[in-house]
Amino acid sequence: MKSEVALENVNFASDQEIRWCPGCGDFAILAQMKKFLSKQGIAPENIAFISGIGCSSRFPYYLETYGMHSIHGRAPAIATGLKRMRPDLQVWVVTGDGDALSIGCGHLLHALRRNTDIKILLFNNRIYGLTKGQFSPTSSPGLITGSTPNGTVHKPLHPLNLALAANSTFVARAVDTNAKQLTETLRRAAQHHGSVLVEIYQNCHIYNDGTFDHAKNNKIKADHVVELKHGEPLIFGANADQGIRLNGVDLEVVQLGFEYREADLLVHDEQAESPAVAQMLAAMSYPHMPEAVGVFRSVRQPTHNELMPDENPTHASRQKRISELLLGSEPWTVS
Amino acid sequence: MNQKTKYSIETLSKPSTAVESVVVRFAGDSGDGMQLAGSQLAMSSALSGNDISTFPNYPAEIRAPKGSLMGVSYFQVHFASHTVNTAGDQVNVLIAMNPAALKGNIASVVAHGTVIVDTDAFTKNALRLAGYETDPLKDESLKEFQLIEVPLTSQTRAAVASTEINHKNATRCRNFFAMGIVYWLYGRNLDSSRRFINKKFDGVIAKANSLALASGWNFGETTESFARSYTVAPAKVVPGTYRNITGSEAMSLGLVTAAHLSAKNLFYSAYPITPASDILQRLSCFTDCGTRTFQAEDEIAAITSSIGAAFGGSLAATGSSGPGIALKTEAMGLAIMLELPLLIINVQRGGPSTGLPTKVEQSDLLQAVFGRNGEAPMPVLAASGPSDCFNVVLDAWRIATKLMTPVMILSDANTANGAEPWLVPQLDKLDPIVIHHPQAQTSSHSFDEDTYKTFQPYIRDEWLARPWAIPGTPGLTHRIGGLEKANGSGAISYDPDNHQAMVNLRQEKVAKAVELMPTLTVTGPSSGDLLIISWGGTKGACHEAVSLAQKQNFKVSHLHLRLIHPLPKGLETILAAFDQVLVAELNQGQLRHLLRAQYLVDIKGLNKVRGESFLIGDISKEISTMLAGELV
Repeated sequence: MKSEVALENVNFASDQEIRWCPGCGDFAILAQMKKFLSKQGIAPENIAFISGIGCSSRFPYYLETYGMHSIHGRAPAIATGLKRMRPDLQVWVVTGDGDALSIGCGHLLHALRRNTDIKILLFNNRIYGLTKGQFSPTSSPGLITGSTPNGTVHKPLHPLNLALAANSTFVARAVDTNAKQLTETLRRAAQHHGSVLVEIYQNCHIYNDGTFDHAKNNKIKADHVVELKHGEPLIFGANADQGIRLNGVDLEVVQLGFEYREADLLVHDEQAESPAVAQMLAAMSYPHMPEAVGVFRSVRQPTHNELMPDENPTHASRQKRISELLLGSEPWTVS
Repeated sequence: MNQKTKYSIETLSKPSTAVESVVVRFAGDSGDGMQLAGSQLAMSSALSGNDISTFPNYPAEIRAPKGSLMGVSYFQVHFASHTVNTAGDQVNVLIAMNPAALKGNIASVVAHGTVIVDTDAFTKNALRLAGYETDPLKDESLKEFQLIEVPLTSQTRAAVASTEINHKNATRCRNFFAMGIVYWLYGRNLDSSRRFINKKFDGVIAKANSLALASGWNFGETTESFARSYTVAPAKVVPGTYRNITGSEAMSLGLVTAAHLSAKNLFYSAYPITPASDILQRLSCFTDCGTRTFQAEDEIAAITSSIGAAFGGSLAATGSSGPGIALKTEAMGLAIMLELPLLIINVQRGGPSTGLPTKVEQSDLLQAVFGRNGEAPMPVLAASGPSDCFNVVLDAWRIATKLMTPVMILSDANTANGAEPWLVPQLDKLDPIVIHHPQAQTSSHSFDEDTYKTFQPYIRDEWLARPWAIPGTPGLTHRIGGLEKANGSGAISYDPDNHQAMVNLRQEKVAKAVELMPTLTVTGPSSGDLLIISWGGTKGACHEAVSLAQKQNFKVSHLHLRLIHPLPKGLETILAAFDQVLVAELNQGQLRHLLRAQYLVDIKGLNKVRGESFLIGDISKEISTMLAGELV
């Protein structure tokens, strides 16, 4: 029952006071989301935002839609139950690197593998912000935090690789301050049928400032970020003179114009059935490789709801069926 | 040969004696089909008009080593010409498929009881596995029983030889041969089991099982081991249509019915766990009732997905057993904070930790009432037996929706797996469960920002419940969450006065559950020397023991509790009218602890944590001790 109305003038901002630290990357994401929601043509009452715990999980409070700020890590499971019973709603999950990849990692993978039609936005700031600065599952090795005075020692998780391993049908990455690309990613995510994971690089300037500088700083980002465009070769660099080619089973950065030409480069295919190349693109990480942003994978597969033999019996047919069930197969009558 | 007339009570050639009540136990290896044999006998007995009660007992291992003591499972059936409240204290007829089954069960057989054994299974090796030093069939150890030695395996093989069945499958028909003997012994009709065989099995297997059943019956008729058979007359029960039902079946049907009565679709989410999985499996077959089931990735996802479904306006329920309930704890707190209706079913088993996964215990009561962080009150109801699982779900859903709260339903392993006849309710005679969802305040076609932002998700009605505004309703968009909410607006609030008020409010709201449940009734005089209090699945044993004592002029009465939290109205007055009060429960005194704390009465406890239910004799013995009399 989506209301087909012009919502250009709808202000999706709720009346709640925003409690993020001034300057937080979350503000930029919220602003783009509000802008996008007012354009997509779905009425506020048909949208639900579900979140877990963490700074990012305050997101639902600030949007004038239906929303739930739940418990740590469980938002994908809550959203799954909601979407199963209410296929008419557009259901979003807002989560963070600790929420989604540590305490709630199991729920994330299973929600994605079921291809439940929920849109999971993972704000990755590589730190536990709300608890005042402990390392997270995505923290870079060596990061000195409150709980790692000598630096972290563990290898970080790569959320997009996990999502692809779970066979998520829509996998993308955006950057909080890149408004245009973020909005476009939100639009694509909203239109996708099936499970969505969007990793959003988000800066926590209090506890992990500059962690994504390579992807955000206008002076250097062109040399460290490659924007994925379906059907186009992977070219990046301030002078658009670098490309990525497939060398055997590895990706390789090459200089264009000398030994290699555009035709030698990998052409991005977000619709490839196999997530193998997307896995390689998702694994590219700074400083060894440029990092990719955009849509890594977008394939249409039957969704969780489409796969289930759901029935919506009329009152009368249900009355008849339950009456039969109550009687069972071997009733007897005592007179 | 017309088999239909041949195998019925009228055609018996031997004399027949009427008896009132019989307890039969089929015991064998986990793979011997004892559960099937027992449940078929129960069905056939119910169809004969007897009242019945059953008790399946099985090990946690799916296929423990063949012939070992730990691999023995049994199924006990109590059928009678009078009302039956338990599966029976002592066994009249034991069918032991091997030495281990004999050894593990002989202690339950009444003196001079009948013991039917498969002599083919009493090999040297099997005797050794069961720990017998000498063959019990040859020494004098079974002399106080009526021992019936039947070469069950070879007789069965011979009986099915005319079919093309292979050797291994032929042996597996043994349980039907054994059933046939018992059917003959108690004049049971073979028709319902024949129908079952034809539904469950195909082709040659169906034919062989049918033959084995008939041959067992013929064996009883012709063997000289049995001098006579027995008849058990139909029980006098309220007229109506009955069926046989287990607790799991009743719970599942209760959920489907509660959804229908409240015009909702049912969402049931669970993670596989013994003994609760049966509910998930049954409900998964009810898609044609609008039911959606979800086998979640873990216990936490099972409850949180239910919370999502409840937010969406569905009847949401999740079921588990003690260890799984422990994992759901945090999410229960969320549901309490969100003030959403939700049913949480705990089919209790022996604990702590993994404990005794297939055995009964009532030791999760305090977990149910208190087991959450913060002041987190939740109504708790307990099913009194298999068929009551149906009603308890309807009661729980009425409370949950009236008060906008999660509700815990306690069952237990024996209640879930046990079966009894049930007077089938007529769906159109059940009261609808009326739920009010606030309607659209404005249409988004005429968008008015002020109206949009004035909805108060935490305003209260006369029950102190907040409105259940469901997504999709224009004008009612709102956010809920686990942080403390300002009463009324639902905005995040850390205000000390508000928190105190909200804690008080949630408690007062849950306390109102007593007004939604019937008043307590004492079975027997309303005052006397002793009051026995039971809750949950031990109602039957307490009821029987008290009835017996009352017949022998003991001044003892029985009170059974279905609402565990909040405690029902009028309990204090009832307690005060008795000189002594005893709580009988399968734990170390959890309900007793609650009652003593609440009413300051010196209540005694009868406690048992053996993974077994109470025998009637356990209660009778305690009555004798407390009242210094001899109860026989």
